[in-house]
Amino acid sequence: MRRLFGFWGGIKPDSHKNESTRLPVAKAPLPSLLTVPLRQNAGASPRIMVKAGDPVLKGQMIAAPEDGLSVALHAPTSGHVRAIEARAIAHPSGLAGICAIIEPDGAERWVELEPLDAARTSPEQLRRRLREAGLVGMGGAAFPSYVKAGGTAIDTLIINGAECEPWITCDDMLMRTRGEDIVGGAIMLRELLGARKLLIGIEDNKPEAIAAMRAAATRADPGLEVVAVPTRYPAGGEKQLIRVLTGLEIPYGKLPSHFGVQCFNVGTAAAVHRAVSRGKPLISRLVTLTGNVAEPRNYEVAIGMPVNELIALAHPQADTDRYLMGGPMMGFALPDLAVPVVKATNCIIAASPTLFPAPTPEMPCIRCGACAQACPAELAPYELYWFARSQNLGKCQEYHLFDCIECGCCAFVCPSRIRLVDYYRYAKSSIRAREKDKLAADHARERYEFRLAREEREKQDKAAKLAAKAAETKAKLARASAGDESAPASESDDKKALIEAAMAKAREQTTPALNTDVHRMTAEQQAQVTVAEARHAAATATAAKDT
Amino acid sequence: MLNSPYITKPASVSAVMFKVLAALLPGIAAYVWFFGAGILLQIALASITALAAEAAVLAMRGKPLGLFLKDGSALVTAWLIALTFPSIAPWWLIVLGVLVAIVVAKHLYGGLGQNPFNPAMVAFCVMIVAYPQLMSQWPAAGFTDFAAEFRAIFGADRHLDAIVMATPLDALRTVLRLPETRATVEGVLGSNATFGNIGGRGWEWVALGYLAGGLWLIQQGVISWRVPTAFLATLGLISGAFALVDATQYAGPTFHLFTGGAMLGAFFIATDPVSGATTVRGQIIFAAGIALLTWIIRTFGAYPDGIAFATLLMNICVPLIDMRTQRPVFGRKTGKTPDGRQP
Repeated sequence: MRRLFGFWGGIKPDSHKNESTRLPVAKAPLPSLLTVPLRQNAGASPRIMVKAGDPVLKGQMIAAPEDGLSVALHAPTSGHVRAIEARAIAHPSGLAGICAIIEPDGAERWVELEPLDAARTSPEQLRRRLREAGLVGMGGAAFPSYVKAGGTAIDTLIINGAECEPWITCDDMLMRTRGEDIVGGAIMLRELLGARKLLIGIEDNKPEAIAAMRAAATRADPGLEVVAVPTRYPAGGEKQLIRVLTGLEIPYGKLPSHFGVQCFNVGTAAAVHRAVSRGKPLISRLVTLTGNVAEPRNYEVAIGMPVNELIALAHPQADTDRYLMGGPMMGFALPDLAVPVVKATNCIIAASPTLFPAPTPEMPCIRCGACAQACPAELAPYELYWFARSQNLGKCQEYHLFDCIECGCCAFVCPSRIRLVDYYRYAKSSIRAREKDKLAADHARERYEFRLAREEREKQDKAAKLAAKAAETKAKLARASAGDESAPASESDDKKALIEAAMAKAREQTTPALNTDVHRMTAEQQAQVTVAEARHAAATATAAKDT
Repeated sequence: MLNSPYITKPASVSAVMFKVLAALLPGIAAYVWFFGAGILLQIALASITALAAEAAVLAMRGKPLGLFLKDGSALVTAWLIALTFPSIAPWWLIVLGVLVAIVVAKHLYGGLGQNPFNPAMVAFCVMIVAYPQLMSQWPAAGFTDFAAEFRAIFGADRHLDAIVMATPLDALRTVLRLPETRATVEGVLGSNATFGNIGGRGWEWVALGYLAGGLWLIQQGVISWRVPTAFLATLGLISGAFALVDATQYAGPTFHLFTGGAMLGAFFIATDPVSGATTVRGQIIFAAGIALLTWIIRTFGAYPDGIAFATLLMNICVPLIDMRTQRPVFGRKTGKTPDGRQP
């Protein structure tokens, strides 16, 4: 038995996983129109390669990866591109994004596939395949997989099948039905990373999945370990699962790879296998459709399927008042049901007042500390609440607000029913806005100082030139009066003086007149900002990975 | 649009408060058994006053009455006041005490969750300073004549000689301090009807009642085990240490733990979340501090018990304690990588 580690806090909400695992996975029928958002990965958008009217084949690349963290995008089925335009996408605030609208022709004609033999393909080629197959983390973060598959000095590869959020069962069903794919993909990733150990972590409330994965693992590679981890939300959070399996705590601002660990979702591992061994890009995924519906189950859904058409398959009950995308702990209520399913969509929950009662009024915080008991980041949520409420943003940062993964455990246990996570989100966005303003102000100040320094230098140059000219004239006059024999020496003196002045000026220019410290610091600050932004992206990615 | 999480645990402030009230019942039962039903009158008086005062102040502050009256926090304060005041004190004493607690100590500081001091302890301290004599007249154990207690509480003419007695703590200290008697702890405890088997007569059973209720609260997850443990351990250790040095002049741990408000303090007063420390280490320091100060006041001070003053003194220290005892957050602990791997 592998020694497991605990993590502080966590909660045990009703899992509600049985509802959607009774029926086998079904294939959702193709809708009349698919809306495929261009940007489905963390990072940059790929470049669109098709235009309205173009015919497309199933699996055909419709957008190519660009510089930066972007991956390719493919047509989920064969048909025609009807438009490339902005449409509402799945986002808590109802943002719009550029989408390719594809009308399926129903023929499901595949593009020509190019399977690879993983054993005989170079790591660079494999990574390129992951990128060109459009692979992103399918646990919710949608971070480009080719980047994570390029880590060096990785000791332990972890495949995350914990799926700790209530209601969601798509990973569970995937493990039950496609264990071979997951194990195959996991082994490919292990070889790619040169990892020594390969662990698959699954919460122990999924015995069927554990059994299926163990069977698949034993057939493929006895060295592969399927580990049942205690069921406790958020055990499926990347940092929590790494802690449970290895004992390592990845601090905020660090990546698991810094500690020799890399973590992929089971869905991603299966997609890796399909992309390499069968040459199939990521064009569909399992989505759990559950909650207040007559027929909860998991569907194999084409990317781009409108959520409302998907929901209709499960026959929602009459008292359904809203739909959640993701789980009830970290998901969000969809402001618009016409939005499409994307690569990161794992679950749609029909919510009713009975299943998800409206919150009771907030009472004052009585500092009972239940939130601190539940916080897996080991923060002091009640203090953060107090500081966020009083706009004391400095204190928020001092108490490590940004270490908060927004898992919602604090708000779940709060007897005063305070919507704590909302306060943290608010404080975080306030701090980010403030830092952006500060950065802009810094830039403006720097530009102004630079101009002042340049003007000053120009003035000095002018004065020096004038002085040199005056000296030259004076010397000429002196030469004329002093006679011929002293002339060469004095001329060489003059030349020397001029050369020296020029050299001094050159020196001055290599160490510019403006405040060099400011200059250097800004460069550093800029680097810091870039790093901080990357870190933030990674942190939100980690937080979102909780499925 | 509402944000996540969309589910919450079925817990509420009022559930917490009513569990605390329920946990006081065993102690109250023992109280009634040994000291008569007068305490029930006091509890009723305190409860009515507390709810009325709470409602009046909430109305003045423009807060929703129903929501806040139901939270039960005023009742907890009221019951604690009734249990720490003498059960034969005149009715206006407890009414005044409750008004001080609810109006001054709680609402003038901002109401539920905002008070830096434990309201019940503020009431006790104000009243013992203002009315030291009335606050020191306790019923004798075994005196359970309800009619007499009723007269003592509501009668204008209070004939208390027959029923009044000093608390065991007071009695012990008074005798020990008489220079001519050369009394020893053992002698005093053995000779006086005030004292029982391990603590005060009758009081030791009340203390056991509080202990039982307190253990239940821990089992229910309402209070942390750390606070009562730190409190009782500290009080036991300091009294034990001094008893070892000079057993004739210092009472031992069992006496200290089972007399006066030790058990009530450990499980119901030091555990008040609002006015207490919140961090794990902070809670231990806070509770140990109260216990230490309690022992000092009991042994060298002039008051019948030291819990109330000790609590207020430690309440003052809470912001400092909390600030200095924040735990390291996830991933920021040093030396926590089992393989010795560093980033």
